[in-house]
Amino acid sequence: MIGGCWRGTGRVVQVKIGVVTFPGSLDDRDAQRAARLAGAEVTPLWHADADLHDVDAVVLPGGFSYGDYLRCGAIARFAQVMPTLIDAANGGMPVLGICNGFQVLCESHLLPGALTRNQHLHFVHRDQPLRVANNTTAWTTAYSVDQEITIPVKNGEGCFVADQKTLDALEQEGRVVAYYAQGNPNGSLRDIAGITNERGNVLGLMPHPEHAVEALTGPGTDGLGFFTSVLKELVR
Amino acid sequence: MAVHKILVDVMLKPEILDPQGQAVANALPNLGYPSPVGLRIGRHVELALEAADADAALEQATKIADTLLANPVIEDYTVRLA
Repeated sequence: MIGGCWRGTGRVVQVKIGVVTFPGSLDDRDAQRAARLAGAEVTPLWHADADLHDVDAVVLPGGFSYGDYLRCGAIARFAQVMPTLIDAANGGMPVLGICNGFQVLCESHLLPGALTRNQHLHFVHRDQPLRVANNTTAWTTAYSVDQEITIPVKNGEGCFVADQKTLDALEQEGRVVAYYAQGNPNGSLRDIAGITNERGNVLGLMPHPEHAVEALTGPGTDGLGFFTSVLKELVR
Repeated sequence: MAVHKILVDVMLKPEILDPQGQAVANALPNLGYPSPVGLRIGRHVELALEAADADAALEQATKIADTLLANPVIEDYTVRLA
Protein backbone atom coordinates (compact mmCIF):
# COMPACT_ATOMS: atom_id res chain seq x y z
CA MET A 1 0.00 0.00 0.00
CA ILE A 2 1.96 2.93 -1.29
CA GLY A 3 1.55 6.06 0.78
CA GLY A 4 -0.53 4.35 3.41
CA CYS A 5 0.23 5.54 6.89
CA TRP A 6 -0.48 3.87 10.20
CA ARG A 7 -2.14 5.89 12.88
CA GLY A 8 -2.18 4.78 16.51
CA THR A 9 -5.49 3.03 15.95
CA GLY A 10 -3.81 0.48 13.72
CA ARG A 11 -5.85 1.71 10.81
CA VAL A 12 -4.18 2.50 7.50
CA VAL A 13 -4.91 6.12 6.72
CA GLN A 14 -4.34 7.69 3.36
CA VAL A 15 -3.35 11.33 3.49
CA LYS A 16 -5.20 13.40 0.91
CA ILE A 17 -3.58 16.50 -0.50
CA GLY A 18 -5.75 18.81 -2.59
CA VAL A 19 -4.27 20.96 -5.35
CA VAL A 20 -6.41 23.88 -6.49
CA THR A 21 -6.56 24.68 -10.19
CA PHE A 22 -7.46 28.25 -11.08
CA PRO A 23 -7.89 29.45 -14.66
CA GLY A 24 -4.26 30.13 -15.56
CA SER A 25 -2.63 27.77 -13.05
CA LEU A 26 0.46 26.19 -14.61
CA ASP A 27 2.09 24.05 -11.98
CA ASP A 28 -0.94 22.23 -10.60
CA ARG A 29 0.04 18.97 -12.32
CA ASP A 30 3.61 19.18 -11.03
CA ALA A 31 2.31 19.87 -7.52
CA GLN A 32 0.00 16.84 -7.80
CA ARG A 33 2.91 14.72 -8.96
CA ALA A 34 5.16 15.90 -6.14
CA ALA A 35 2.48 15.12 -3.55
CA ARG A 36 2.00 11.67 -5.08
CA LEU A 37 5.75 10.97 -5.09
CA ALA A 38 5.83 11.92 -1.41
CA GLY A 39 3.20 9.23 -0.79
CA ALA A 40 -0.06 11.19 -0.65
CA GLU A 41 -3.31 10.57 -2.41
CA VAL A 42 -4.07 13.59 -4.56
CA THR A 43 -7.44 15.26 -4.98
CA PRO A 44 -7.64 17.89 -7.72
CA LEU A 45 -9.66 20.89 -6.49
CA TRP A 46 -11.41 23.40 -8.72
CA HIS A 47 -11.52 27.17 -8.16
CA ALA A 48 -15.29 27.31 -8.77
CA ASP A 49 -16.09 24.52 -6.29
CA ALA A 50 -16.34 25.62 -2.66
CA ASP A 51 -16.00 22.02 -1.44
CA LEU A 52 -12.54 20.88 -0.31
CA HIS A 53 -13.61 17.22 -0.67
CA ASP A 54 -12.24 16.10 2.70
CA VAL A 55 -8.60 16.77 1.88
CA ASP A 56 -6.08 16.97 4.74
CA ALA A 57 -3.91 19.69 3.21
CA VAL A 58 -4.04 22.05 0.24
CA VAL A 59 -1.47 23.30 -2.24
CA LEU A 60 -2.09 26.53 -4.17
CA PRO A 61 0.11 26.07 -7.22
CA GLY A 62 2.15 28.42 -9.37
CA GLY A 63 1.02 30.01 -12.59
CA PHE A 64 -0.86 33.10 -13.66
CA SER A 65 -4.32 32.76 -12.13
CA TYR A 66 -6.87 34.90 -14.00
CA GLY A 67 -4.04 36.13 -16.22
CA ASP A 68 -2.44 37.95 -13.26
CA TYR A 69 -4.78 40.81 -14.16
CA LEU A 70 -5.08 43.68 -11.67
CA ARG A 71 -2.45 42.18 -9.30
CA CYS A 72 -1.10 38.66 -9.10
CA GLY A 73 -3.50 36.61 -7.00
CA ALA A 74 -5.97 39.48 -6.51
CA ILE A 75 -8.82 37.89 -8.43
CA ALA A 76 -8.06 34.31 -7.36
CA ARG A 77 -8.56 35.47 -3.80
CA PHE A 78 -12.27 35.82 -4.52
CA ALA A 79 -12.69 32.43 -6.22
CA GLN A 80 -15.48 30.25 -4.80
CA VAL A 81 -13.03 27.82 -3.21
CA MET A 82 -11.30 30.53 -1.21
CA PRO A 83 -13.74 31.22 1.68
CA THR A 84 -13.73 27.48 2.53
CA LEU A 85 -9.98 27.33 2.18
CA ILE A 86 -9.44 30.43 4.33
CA ASP A 87 -11.67 28.96 7.06
CA ALA A 88 -9.80 25.65 6.89
CA ALA A 89 -6.42 27.41 7.03
CA ASN A 90 -7.54 29.44 10.04
CA GLY A 91 -8.63 26.16 11.60
CA GLY A 92 -5.13 24.72 11.23
CA MET A 93 -5.21 22.85 7.92
CA PRO A 94 -1.77 22.86 6.29
CA VAL A 95 -1.74 25.10 3.21
CA LEU A 96 1.24 25.62 0.92
CA GLY A 97 1.18 28.45 -1.61
CA ILE A 98 3.89 28.26 -4.21
CA CYS A 99 4.75 31.31 -6.34
CA ASN A 100 1.32 32.45 -7.61
CA GLY A 101 -0.10 30.51 -4.65
CA PHE A 102 2.05 32.62 -2.29
CA GLN A 103 0.63 35.73 -3.98
CA VAL A 104 -2.91 34.40 -3.44
CA LEU A 105 -2.15 33.77 0.26
CA CYS A 106 -0.90 37.35 0.69
CA GLU A 107 -3.90 38.80 -1.16
CA SER A 108 -6.14 36.68 1.09
CA HIS A 109 -4.39 38.10 4.18
CA LEU A 110 -3.51 34.61 5.36
CA LEU A 111 0.08 35.83 5.15
CA PRO A 112 1.40 39.37 5.63
CA GLY A 113 3.13 41.50 3.01
CA ALA A 114 2.84 41.36 -0.76
CA LEU A 115 4.74 40.20 -3.82
CA THR A 116 5.59 42.92 -6.31
CA ARG A 117 7.40 43.30 -9.63
CA ASN A 118 10.95 41.98 -9.56
CA GLN A 119 13.25 44.87 -8.71
CA HIS A 120 15.24 44.44 -11.95
CA LEU A 121 12.00 44.02 -13.99
CA HIS A 122 13.21 40.80 -15.62
CA PHE A 123 11.52 37.45 -15.35
CA VAL A 124 14.00 35.21 -13.57
CA HIS A 125 14.25 31.47 -13.99
CA ARG A 126 17.11 29.57 -12.41
CA ASP A 127 18.05 26.93 -9.89
CA GLN A 128 18.09 28.85 -6.64
CA PRO A 129 19.89 27.95 -3.44
CA LEU A 130 17.82 28.64 -0.30
CA ARG A 131 18.71 28.57 3.38
CA VAL A 132 16.03 26.94 5.51
CA ALA A 133 15.41 29.08 8.59
CA ASN A 134 12.45 27.35 10.26
CA ASN A 135 11.99 23.58 10.30
CA THR A 136 9.04 23.53 12.68
CA THR A 137 6.26 24.39 10.22
CA ALA A 138 3.87 21.75 8.87
CA TRP A 139 5.80 21.83 5.58
CA THR A 140 9.47 21.96 6.64
CA THR A 141 10.19 19.36 9.32
CA ALA A 142 12.15 17.23 6.81
CA TYR A 143 14.86 19.90 6.73
CA SER A 144 17.33 21.13 9.29
CA VAL A 145 17.83 24.75 10.25
CA ASP A 146 20.47 26.43 8.06
CA GLN A 147 20.30 23.55 5.59
CA GLU A 148 20.95 24.79 2.08
CA ILE A 149 18.62 23.40 -0.58
CA THR A 150 18.41 24.15 -4.30
CA ILE A 151 15.05 24.39 -6.06
CA PRO A 152 13.97 26.34 -9.16
CA VAL A 153 12.76 29.92 -8.93
CA LYS A 154 10.72 31.37 -11.82
CA ASN A 155 8.84 34.60 -11.39
CA GLY A 156 8.30 38.09 -12.69
CA GLU A 157 6.60 39.38 -9.56
CA GLY A 158 8.39 37.69 -6.69
CA CYS A 159 9.77 40.68 -4.83
CA PHE A 160 8.50 40.27 -1.25
CA VAL A 161 7.69 43.56 0.44
CA ALA A 162 6.24 44.48 3.82
CA ASP A 163 6.71 47.41 6.19
CA GLN A 164 9.71 47.41 8.54
CA LYS A 165 7.59 46.50 11.56
CA THR A 166 6.17 43.43 9.81
CA LEU A 167 9.62 42.37 8.56
CA ASP A 168 11.06 42.72 12.08
CA ALA A 169 8.18 40.70 13.54
CA LEU A 170 8.54 37.96 10.90
CA GLU A 171 12.24 37.57 11.67
CA GLN A 172 11.91 37.83 15.44
CA GLU A 173 9.09 35.28 15.54
CA GLY A 174 10.97 32.86 13.29
CA ARG A 175 8.32 33.15 10.62
CA VAL A 176 10.79 33.50 7.77
CA VAL A 177 10.93 29.90 6.60
CA ALA A 178 13.57 30.26 3.89
CA TYR A 179 16.01 32.92 2.73
CA TYR A 180 17.56 33.24 -0.71
CA ALA A 181 21.20 32.15 -0.55
CA GLN A 182 24.01 33.02 -2.95
CA GLY A 183 22.16 35.97 -4.46
CA ASN A 184 18.67 37.44 -4.28
CA PRO A 185 16.81 36.75 -7.56
CA ASN A 186 14.12 39.42 -7.35
CA GLY A 187 14.95 42.09 -4.78
CA SER A 188 12.85 40.59 -1.98
CA LEU A 189 13.35 42.56 1.21
CA ARG A 190 15.81 40.90 3.61
CA ASP A 191 16.28 38.08 1.05
CA ILE A 192 12.99 36.49 2.14
CA ALA A 193 11.95 33.53 -0.03
CA GLY A 194 9.17 32.09 2.12
CA ILE A 195 7.16 32.89 5.24
CA THR A 196 4.63 31.20 7.50
CA ASN A 197 1.69 32.33 9.61
CA GLU A 198 1.79 32.45 13.42
CA ARG A 199 0.51 28.92 13.72
CA GLY A 200 2.99 27.47 11.20
CA ASN A 201 0.38 25.67 9.07
CA VAL A 202 0.23 28.18 6.19
CA LEU A 203 3.41 28.54 4.15
CA GLY A 204 4.07 30.83 1.21
CA LEU A 205 7.13 30.13 -0.88
CA MET A 206 8.20 31.92 -4.05
CA PRO A 207 10.55 29.20 -5.43
CA HIS A 208 9.13 25.89 -6.63
CA PRO A 209 9.76 22.75 -4.56
CA GLU A 210 7.40 20.75 -6.82
CA HIS A 211 9.93 21.15 -9.67
CA ALA A 212 12.72 19.54 -7.64
CA VAL A 213 11.35 16.13 -6.73
CA GLU A 214 13.09 13.94 -9.32
CA ALA A 215 16.69 14.03 -10.55
CA LEU A 216 15.56 13.64 -14.16
CA THR A 217 13.45 16.79 -14.34
CA GLY A 218 14.87 19.11 -11.71
CA PRO A 219 18.10 20.27 -10.13
CA GLY A 220 17.72 17.46 -7.60
CA THR A 221 15.18 16.23 -5.11
CA ASP A 222 15.56 18.96 -2.50
CA GLY A 223 11.93 20.02 -2.93
CA LEU A 224 10.39 16.72 -1.96
CA GLY A 225 10.88 17.45 1.75
CA PHE A 226 8.08 20.03 1.76
CA PHE A 227 5.63 17.32 0.74
CA THR A 228 7.02 14.53 2.95
CA SER A 229 6.99 16.97 5.89
CA VAL A 230 3.26 17.58 5.62
CA LEU A 231 2.54 13.85 5.32
CA LYS A 232 4.48 13.23 8.51
CA GLU A 233 2.67 16.10 10.20
CA LEU A 234 -0.74 14.75 9.18
CA VAL A 235 -0.24 11.18 10.44
CA ARG A 236 1.28 12.24 13.73
CA MET B 1 -31.47 54.58 -9.73
CA ALA B 2 -29.09 56.70 -11.73
CA VAL B 3 -25.73 55.73 -13.15
CA HIS B 4 -22.84 57.45 -11.43
CA LYS B 5 -19.40 57.55 -12.97
CA ILE B 6 -16.62 57.21 -10.46
CA LEU B 7 -12.87 57.46 -10.88
CA VAL B 8 -10.51 55.38 -8.75
CA ASP B 9 -6.77 56.02 -8.80
CA VAL B 10 -4.45 53.43 -7.30
CA MET B 11 -0.80 54.21 -6.57
CA LEU B 12 1.93 52.19 -4.92
CA LYS B 13 2.62 53.62 -1.47
CA PRO B 14 5.56 56.07 -1.56
CA GLU B 15 7.81 53.65 0.34
CA ILE B 16 7.19 50.78 -2.11
CA LEU B 17 9.71 50.54 -4.94
CA ASP B 18 8.15 51.19 -8.37
CA PRO B 19 10.44 49.43 -10.88
CA GLN B 20 8.07 50.20 -13.76
CA GLY B 21 8.24 53.92 -13.01
CA GLN B 22 12.01 53.71 -12.66
CA ALA B 23 12.38 51.96 -16.01
CA VAL B 24 10.30 54.64 -17.72
CA ALA B 25 12.23 57.39 -15.96
CA ASN B 26 15.49 55.82 -17.11
CA ALA B 27 14.26 55.79 -20.71
CA LEU B 28 13.51 59.54 -20.84
CA PRO B 29 17.15 60.66 -21.31
CA ASN B 30 17.23 58.45 -24.42
CA LEU B 31 14.51 60.69 -25.87
CA GLY B 32 16.56 63.77 -25.11
CA TYR B 33 14.70 64.77 -21.93
CA PRO B 34 16.53 65.35 -18.66
CA SER B 35 16.03 62.61 -16.03
CA PRO B 36 12.78 63.36 -14.18
CA VAL B 37 12.99 64.15 -10.47
CA GLY B 38 10.12 61.76 -9.87
CA LEU B 39 8.06 59.34 -11.92
CA ARG B 40 5.69 56.78 -10.47
CA ILE B 41 3.09 54.73 -12.31
CA GLY B 42 -0.31 53.76 -10.98
CA ARG B 43 -3.68 52.48 -12.16
CA HIS B 44 -6.71 54.54 -13.19
CA VAL B 45 -10.11 52.83 -13.01
CA GLU B 46 -13.37 54.22 -14.38
CA LEU B 47 -16.41 52.71 -12.70
CA ALA B 48 -20.04 53.25 -13.68
CA LEU B 49 -22.36 52.21 -10.84
CA GLU B 50 -26.12 52.25 -10.49
CA ALA B 51 -26.99 53.70 -7.12
CA ALA B 52 -29.69 55.73 -5.39
CA ASP B 53 -27.43 58.78 -5.17
CA ALA B 54 -23.84 59.87 -5.56
CA ASP B 55 -22.98 59.20 -1.92
CA ALA B 56 -24.23 55.62 -2.14
CA ALA B 57 -22.22 55.11 -5.34
CA LEU B 58 -19.11 56.55 -3.72
CA GLU B 59 -19.56 54.32 -0.68
CA GLN B 60 -19.89 51.24 -2.87
CA ALA B 61 -16.89 52.25 -4.99
CA THR B 62 -14.76 52.78 -1.90
CA LYS B 63 -15.55 49.26 -0.71
CA ILE B 64 -14.70 47.87 -4.15
CA ALA B 65 -11.44 49.81 -4.19
CA ASP B 66 -10.49 48.65 -0.71
CA THR B 67 -11.22 44.97 -1.29
CA LEU B 68 -10.22 44.43 -4.92
CA LEU B 69 -8.94 47.38 -6.95
CA ALA B 70 -6.17 48.18 -4.47
CA ASN B 71 -4.12 46.08 -2.09
CA PRO B 72 -3.93 48.36 0.95
CA VAL B 73 -0.77 46.56 2.08
CA ILE B 74 1.20 48.18 -0.74
CA GLU B 75 -1.13 50.66 -2.44
CA ASP B 76 -3.04 53.86 -1.68
CA TYR B 77 -6.20 54.79 -3.55
CA THR B 78 -8.49 57.77 -4.10
CA VAL B 79 -12.15 57.58 -5.06
CA ARG B 80 -14.01 60.52 -6.62
CA LEU B 81 -17.01 61.32 -8.79
CA ALA B 82 -16.18 61.91 -12.46
